Amino acid sequence: MNREQLCMLKELMAVQFTALELHLYLDTHPTDQKALMEYNSVVQQLNVLKHEYQQRYGPLTWGEPSAYPWQWINEPWPWEICYE
Amino acid sequence: MWIYEKKLQYPAKVGRANVKMAKYLITQYGGPDGELSAAMRYLTQRYTMPTPQAKGILTDIGTEEMAHLEIIATLVYKLMDGASVEELKQADLGGYYADHGKALYYVNGSGVPWTATYIQAKGDPIADLHEDMAAEEKARATYEWLINLSDDPDLNATLKFLREREIVHFQRFGETLQIVQEYLDSKKYF
Ligand SMILES: [Fe+2]
Repeated sequence: MNREQLCMLKELMAVQFTALELHLYLDTHPTDQKALMEYNSVVQQLNVLKHEYQQRYGPLTWGEPSAYPWQWINEPWPWEICYE
Repeated sequence: MWIYEKKLQYPAKVGRANVKMAKYLITQYGGPDGELSAAMRYLTQRYTMPTPQAKGILTDIGTEEMAHLEIIATLVYKLMDGASVEELKQADLGGYYADHGKALYYVNGSGVPWTATYIQAKGDPIADLHEDMAAEEKARATYEWLINLSDDPDLNATLKFLREREIVHFQRFGETLQIVQEYLDSKKYF
């Protein structure tokens, strides 16, 4: 995995983590409007990043379009990546 | 249903291969207070939770624990990467090698396989949420002991991340317990 892809992947992981953290918080604070607004804005940012990443490097999950040949099985898999 | 995402929750690094550390760390894969136990416990307790917050948090934390299971697997895989049979023998992993080669198997730090008796689903939401809070504290303590056992700063960065997650989960379960308690009290008096 080249520098550029790794850099983008790490950014995606960081934004997704922020979304998850807010998601769990909202499970027990469903009426916290400020947190909800923050969540919605992070999710929007996440969707943009995901779209851009997948356009460049192939599907990250089920249900995404693929170039030919089938891109899903491309290595490296997450445990094989050197995150240096 | 569940859908796989082809990425880790955290960029799991190790500074160097270290078979001895892999042997200790695998307890968070298949040990009593490990990530498999956590995921299985929460995902099965959710069916008998009385409030939407409790059903949601058990589903979501249970799912996050699956992501942690994958991080632990990645760390163990990297710690064992390139290890010779001689190195495995020296780390007292000869027995493990005979049974599993270098595959990842659900065992604790002493090689005992995972068992459903590590977890409980009592069907009583107060009892179950107390178990979940205790489980998070036990997982946090396990990460602390593992950090004490490790001198690898890269590995420790990931272990510290996971330790922090247990603290957040404990917090969320505490809030859930309060919500469920209030719900049960309101049913009793009105
Ligand atoms: Fe946890």
